[in-house]
Parts: sequence; C-alpha cells; structure tokens
Amino acid sequence: MRWYYKLPLRLRSLFLKDRAELDLSDEIQFHLQNQIDEFVVQGMNPQEARRAARQSLGGVEQVKEECRDMRRTNLIENFLQDVRFGFRMLRRSSGFTALTILCLTLGIGANAAVFSWVEGILLRPYPLVSHQERLVTLTGTAGDERDEMSWPDLLDVERSCTLCETLFVSKITGATLSIGERAQVMTGSIVSANYFDAIGVHPILGRGFEPDEDTGRNAHPLVVISYHLWQTLFKGDPEIVGKTQRFDNVVHTIIGVAPEGFYGTFVGRSMEYWVPASMLEVFDGGSDKLEDRRARWAEAYVRLKPGVTRNQAQQEISAIATRLEAAYPATNRGRGIKVWPLWQTPFNHAGHLLPTFEIMVVVTMFVLLIVCANVGNLLLVRSFARGHEMTVRLALGAGPGRLLRQLVTEGLLLSACGAAGGMLLAYWCRHALVLLFPGDVMYLPGQIDSRVLGLSAAICLVVTLAVGLVPAFQTRHLALADTLKTGMSTVLGARGRAWFRSSLVILQVTLSFILLVGGTLLMQSLRKIRTADPGFTTTRVFDTWVPLVAAGYDALRARTFQDELIQRVRALPGVEAAAYARAVPLGYGSFSSTPIAVDGYEPPPNEQPTAEFNEVSPNYFATLGIPLLSGREFTRADDENAARVAIVNQTMIARYWRGQNPIGQRLQVKGNWVQVVGVVKDSKYYSMDEAPRPFFYVPLQQYFSIEPDIHIRTTQPLQTVQTALIREVRALDPNLAVYEMITLQEQVDRSTSHELVAVALVALFGGLALLLASIGLYGVMSCTVSQSTRELGLRMALGAGTSNVLRLVLLRGLLLTTTGMIIGIALALLLTRLLGNLLYQVSPRDPLAFAAAFAVMTLASVTACFLPAWRATRIDPIRALRAE
Amino acid sequence: MAKPTDLVQGTLDLLILRTLAIQPMHGWGIARRIRQVSKEVLQVHQGALYPALHRLEQQGWIRAKWGESENNRRAKYYSLTPDGAKYLRQEQAQWKRLSSAIGLVLEMSS
Repeated sequence: MRWYYKLPLRLRSLFLKDRAELDLSDEIQFHLQNQIDEFVVQGMNPQEARRAARQSLGGVEQVKEECRDMRRTNLIENFLQDVRFGFRMLRRSSGFTALTILCLTLGIGANAAVFSWVEGILLRPYPLVSHQERLVTLTGTAGDERDEMSWPDLLDVERSCTLCETLFVSKITGATLSIGERAQVMTGSIVSANYFDAIGVHPILGRGFEPDEDTGRNAHPLVVISYHLWQTLFKGDPEIVGKTQRFDNVVHTIIGVAPEGFYGTFVGRSMEYWVPASMLEVFDGGSDKLEDRRARWAEAYVRLKPGVTRNQAQQEISAIATRLEAAYPATNRGRGIKVWPLWQTPFNHAGHLLPTFEIMVVVTMFVLLIVCANVGNLLLVRSFARGHEMTVRLALGAGPGRLLRQLVTEGLLLSACGAAGGMLLAYWCRHALVLLFPGDVMYLPGQIDSRVLGLSAAICLVVTLAVGLVPAFQTRHLALADTLKTGMSTVLGARGRAWFRSSLVILQVTLSFILLVGGTLLMQSLRKIRTADPGFTTTRVFDTWVPLVAAGYDALRARTFQDELIQRVRALPGVEAAAYARAVPLGYGSFSSTPIAVDGYEPPPNEQPTAEFNEVSPNYFATLGIPLLSGREFTRADDENAARVAIVNQTMIARYWRGQNPIGQRLQVKGNWVQVVGVVKDSKYYSMDEAPRPFFYVPLQQYFSIEPDIHIRTTQPLQTVQTALIREVRALDPNLAVYEMITLQEQVDRSTSHELVAVALVALFGGLALLLASIGLYGVMSCTVSQSTRELGLRMALGAGTSNVLRLVLLRGLLLTTTGMIIGIALALLLTRLLGNLLYQVSPRDPLAFAAAFAVMTLASVTACFLPAWRATRIDPIRALRAE
Repeated sequence: MAKPTDLVQGTLDLLILRTLAIQPMHGWGIARRIRQVSKEVLQVHQGALYPALHRLEQQGWIRAKWGESENNRRAKYYSLTPDGAKYLRQEQAQWKRLSSAIGLVLEMSS
C-alpha cells in the first residue's frame, strides 16, 4: 500500500485513460489468443476454438469492467462522467437551466452581498488596519446616557489598563481647505500621536506623528494627507512632504501621505487628512480641551491584548473609571466608561446600521430558502420529465447510489454556476449601499475577502445538497414496473406524490408573506417618520452657511458681515423671514450642552441636571415656524450689553417648573444666571424618533458663534434663493463661498437615511421573494394541470364547463397560498418583533400591514395560477382521453 | 477425476503471488501454471484472474511490464514487488498454520 506504487497507477488510469484501456484490451486479447491456440492444438477448428475461448473467459466486456472496477478510479471517473452528462442535460433544457441559475444567483448573490457589507462595514471596517478582530471602542457614560470622553480621562485609562495593547483617539472633524481661490470643506480626523503606529498603517511618503506631537496647545500644526487628497488636490506631487496647506486658515505642514486604500477609522466616511490632537482648538473650537476633564469630545479605540475578552476589558476599565470618580469627584462623579465591540460603535454609522444588517441577514436567509424551495421544485418537475430516463438507468443496473450521485452532481453544477453569478452580483453591489444615502457623501464599502468567500461556498454546498437531494428523494419512490409503463397521470391534488411539491410551495408562500409583512411595516414606519411633524416647517425653509474662518475673518469682522448679510437676505424677493442659528436641527453637528440650575428646583442627590441649547438670532422661531406659546422672541435689543435671557421649551417647563409659567424665572447656563423670557413648543432636535427632551435657546448675540447656519423662509424655489444668496455674499466679499444649500426636509430625510436603507433592502428582497414564490406556484400548478390532463378531460367529457375547470384549478392554487399565508401570519406575529428598534410608531402586529401583505400575496397567487387554469380549460377532452 | 475444486475465497491472491515468486509471468501463464502445479485439481476461473491481477497491482504487491512472450506475442508480465514478497511470506505462514490446524481436526475424527 505504498503511495509511490499507487499514485502513478491512479494518475495513469485517470489521465492516460485511453492508454490504460488499450493495455487492458491487449492483455485480454493475448489471453484469448493463447487459449485459442491451445484449443486448436487439442483438435477444435479455429471458429469453435474462438467461441470456446471466449466462453471460458466468461464475457470479455464483463472481465474488463471488473478490472476497471479494481482500479478504483471510478469515483473520480464517474464524477467527471456525471459532470459531462450533467452539462449535456443542462444544455438540453436551457430555459430551465437559465431560470434555475438566475434564482440561485439571486439567492446566493443576496447573501454574499449582505455578508460582504457586514464584513466591510461592521466586522472589518477599516482596510489596512491590523488586528481589527481585537479592536473595541470606548465611550463615556453618565448614568444611562452615553457621552464622549475627555482627553485626561483617556490618558489615565491608557496608563493603567493592563489588558489593553494600545489605545488611540480618532475624532471626526471638518475643516475648510483654501486652495487658491476656492475653499472646500473636507472631512478628516483629529488623532492621538500614536495613531498610525497603533493601527499599523505607515505613510508611503514622509512620516506619521511623533509621540509628543499631540501635546501642547496648537504646538504642532502638522498634517498627514490621504492618498486621494494627494492625487487630486496635489496632483501626486512627489515633493509634497514639507509643503504647507491652510486648514481653517491655519497653516499646517504636510508631513506624510497615507497609503492608497486607507480611509481612516470612521464607518461611513473616508478621511482626507489626519491632524494631531494638539491642534484640537483649530478644528473643534473651545480652548484647552486637552487639560479639561469636563471637555468631553474624544472618540477612542482600544486594541486588546491577544486572548483578552471584551468582558475582562470592561471589568478592568470600569475599575479604572471608579478610581477616576474617586480621584476627581467634581468632574467624574456618576460617570463610567463603556467598552463596545466594533460593530456596535455608537459614534459612527456602524451602530446605526447594525439593526438593519441584523434584519438583512435574516431576510437574505429567507430569500435563500425560498430560492432553494423554488429550484428544488423546478428540479422535481423536471425529474418527472426524466422519470423515464431514471427508470431505464435503474433497469440497466445503475445502483440507487449512482443515480443519487448523478443528481447531486447536477445540483452542484447548478449551484456552482449560481455561486459564481452570486459573487459577481455581490462584487457589483459592494458600493451599492451608498446609493441609499442621497446627497450625503458616504463611504460604505462591502468587502469580499476569504471569509465572505468561505461563507458563500458553504452556502453553495448546502444549496447543492438541498436541490440535489429533493429529486433524489423523489426517485427513491420510483417503482420500476409502474413508471416503465409511462402512464403517469394524476388526479388534481389527490395523489401522495404531489404533497412534497405542495409543501415546498407553501414554504415559499409562508416565507415571502413574512417578508412582505416586514417590508410593509418598515415602509409604514418610514412614511410615518418622514411625514411626522418635527415641530418646525420643513418645505419652505432653506439652510446653508458661509465659511468665514477659512477666509481669515475674526469675530469682529464676522459679526459685521453677519449683520449686513441678514439684512440683504431679508430684502430679497419672496423671503418671509431669515435667521441665524449655531446648529441646525437633525444635523450631524451637536448642540451646546451645559449643566443647569433652576430657581426653586431641587435636583435629586448625585444628579447634575444638564440641558442642551441652541444659540439663535432674532426671528429664529418665525423663520422655522416653531410656535411661541408665551412671552416673546429674541430681539436685536438682546445683545451682549443687555441682560442675559433664554427661551425654553415645553418639556423643560414640565420637568423643572412643574408646568408653572416660567417667564421671569431664572436659569443658570454655563455658570451665569439668565432670565426666561419666552416658551416655545417642543420640536425634534437630534432625530425624528427621539423622546421629547428639555431644550432651550439663547440669543446668538450673547453667545456668539463665528460660523452659524443661516435659515431662510421663502416662497421662491431653492435654486433662485441660492443664486441670490451667492450674489449677496459676493457683493459683501468676493472671496467668500457659500456651502451647499438644502431644505430642512432634506435635512429630515438625511437624518432618516438609515431607516430608508432598511426599508429599501427589505422591500427589494420582499419583492424578489414574492416573484420567486409566484414562479414556484406557477410551476407547480402548470405541472399539476399537465399531469391531470386525463382527469380534467374526463370531467369535461362528463359535462364540466369552462368555469368549473377554472374554479377547480384556481381553488387548488389558492388552497396552497392560503395555507402558506396562515402559517405565515402565525410566524410573522412572532418574528416582526425583531423589527422593534426599526419601527417608529408602528406596532409590529399592525393589522393594516398584515392585510396589505395578504392582499398582495393573494393577488400574486391568483395571477400565477390563472395561466395554468386557463390552459386547463383548453384541454380537448377527446384527445386527452385517447392519449392513454 | 473429480470436478475441479472451486477456489477458496481469497486464496487466489495467494496462488498468484506464489506463482510470481518463482518468475515474472503473464496472466495466461499464471493460469496455466496454477493448473499444472496443482495437478489439474485447482482450476482458476479465468474471468476471476484478471480482476485479481489488477487489484494486486493497485495494492502494490505486483507490478506489470510489457514484454515478449515465448510465442513472440506482446504480453503483460507481472512480477512480485518487495512488498508483495513480504505479504506472501506472511500469508504462507498463516495458511500453513490454518491448514495444519484443520488437518489436525480432521485426523482426530477419523
């Protein structure tokens, strides 16, 4: 049993098959010749001798076949034979093959695409970054709320965490790059100095940051730029290192270029530059945030040491947070630190997309199941057509195992083609998610790596078995004698063999019904969320801003410019009102936040009430259409010399003034007491599905911001207003640009993009599932009708009219669908709860959604059944009966 | 003369190997030799011989080479490999033990 004997022999019989065959022939021939000679010597005539010799050998072909068997190459040979035969069979019925492969491509492609998104967006989101499987993210907590972390706290964690291999900070930021005449806002990261070393990415030109470059206020105006920025803005200048570039009007020295294919560490955006944390003030405003434990801005990542679990890390880091609480009670009381897996990261798009992807994995699995059922059904239908072939092969002595292998091989051929198509589909779709975020510059790439390929291959294998074994299961029942007699006529819905196909159809109907319900629920939710009242006017109010810092404006010049611009804007035709505000509701930027104190309100122990606020100009509420309930709006008189004032919302009154009229009462903001002068209605601030939150407004003139948003309420179309605004801005200063102008409705839509993604994907797959189920139903009904031609003919001969036959077939189809839908309803009632987080003011058991899905499914199934039913009515009774 | 005895299952391999231990031989020769040596008592069923040869070749106990036969025909000659020789020794010893044991049992009863 030595391999060096066996291997050449095996290879010989496999690849030199003709040669081996010839040898075998020669060998037997030699034997026969000798035997004949012997018989002739014994006195037979040559002809007799020849016959006798053959007889004594006992069948030349049989001996040869036995010899081949002994060579045991049959397994591979048979496989190749099966493959060749399979290809011939598939080519012969090209329509069937195309339909099957299309189904499999969709099923496997959908799964592969979702896997690749999960891989590229949630599990391995950062190309080129090493050991992502050990990366976790950190955020602060204050009570139950999530908060960012302060730089000093993070330094303490880094110093005392023994389970962490490395800790780095990367905070998304925007800056205006002035390039000659133009100014462009670009996204980048504020990072700790160890950033590039920590993630294992090394600049292809120049260097990363040195250890002390994230210390010292504004001490290190250095920047590493992305490969993309280098190629586009700097045209791949090989001498780029050492040159300078203005970021927000501060000159930075370019010290390095990041490698191609590195997009930074933020799910959803690709970064164009990286600056050290020492430059925080330039990019993020505020002062001395690097020393202040109160200044919480940082977004941190930790790579755990090998073998450390997230739980262990959480325990150690919580212990550190407790020590910090004790050491700095004034700033850290009641605050903790939470460790998140990469795919739940709350401060980028990973956390938002996670629930959608969870649903998607389930949905695509459903689609795959439907595809399997569908393809299995198609194969079944065909296996009836091939019943005769199978029976003949059985009769000629093929073992059942041999037939099974043949069928599985054909299944493998189909699913391999489907898998290849599916991978192509996934490859084309890898950037498709971004299309669902219109107007937003998103970067959400799928990634097809070995893990995705492996999973897809596994799916392909399961599918092979599923679709190969279904017809095999059926051939098991082939009774030789029965089927050779070719009469394979059945009675509508009466014979046992149909139950299997029927249950496959029921399965498909059930699954697509569930998808339809899910899709309808999500669609209702999206409609509700998009049409929900945000508390301000969305359609006729436009929002934009003018980058002033980049143009070198200081606070004084900016103030003058703002005053002049707003007056010019108000004078524009069609403009009803215009106002400034530091932040736009539902935007990406955050509102200011402050600890507050309220006269006459005693906070519970261990709780520091905080509230968020917006700095707004006079006319803000009129512009946005937020109703003033009592008191007054801000006026031009509320300037920096006047007494400080504030306007509060309803929730604020309910929580801090027990619903009493607060006008004239005092509120402490950032340590100063201000007087409440008005009350406005609640509106949405961060997201459309948020609960009412306490919120207040202060005058922009008293809390100045250099680059506020400008809101314009007008009757004119957006394009006109934009052109007019650009003209007015240029008239004041020709060097200024205007940022993209959008309606507040667009702002609402962008803030609900994640919901749109879920709806679009579920609706897409729901529609696909419905189509597949209809095809399945159509196939089964067609097959049933063609197999019961005799019965139908008999019925018609006995007087059944067209309508009777039509009803008979349709009812049979609807029976299947209804059974499927009833099971579907039961399962959907259990399953739609999974949508919980994605649904906005829609019950997962919303009867309307169930009714809609029921109606659509019924309509689809009637359509699918109608053609076979109509065909049944065209049966000619005489021919049908004579055909037997 | 009694009817030629059917070969005991599995002994065909042994006979083939033993025959080849003397000299390389082609299939026809092996069949003839077994018949002659066993004094016409053992008749190798010709149909069974070739599959057995192919099996033994696959197992690496014999190997094949084309050559000229005594009557100038192209013939496939089988010869024993070292592995095959070892196997033959084992099997021979086994057979002797078995047959002497059976012999003993048969003696006893007579």
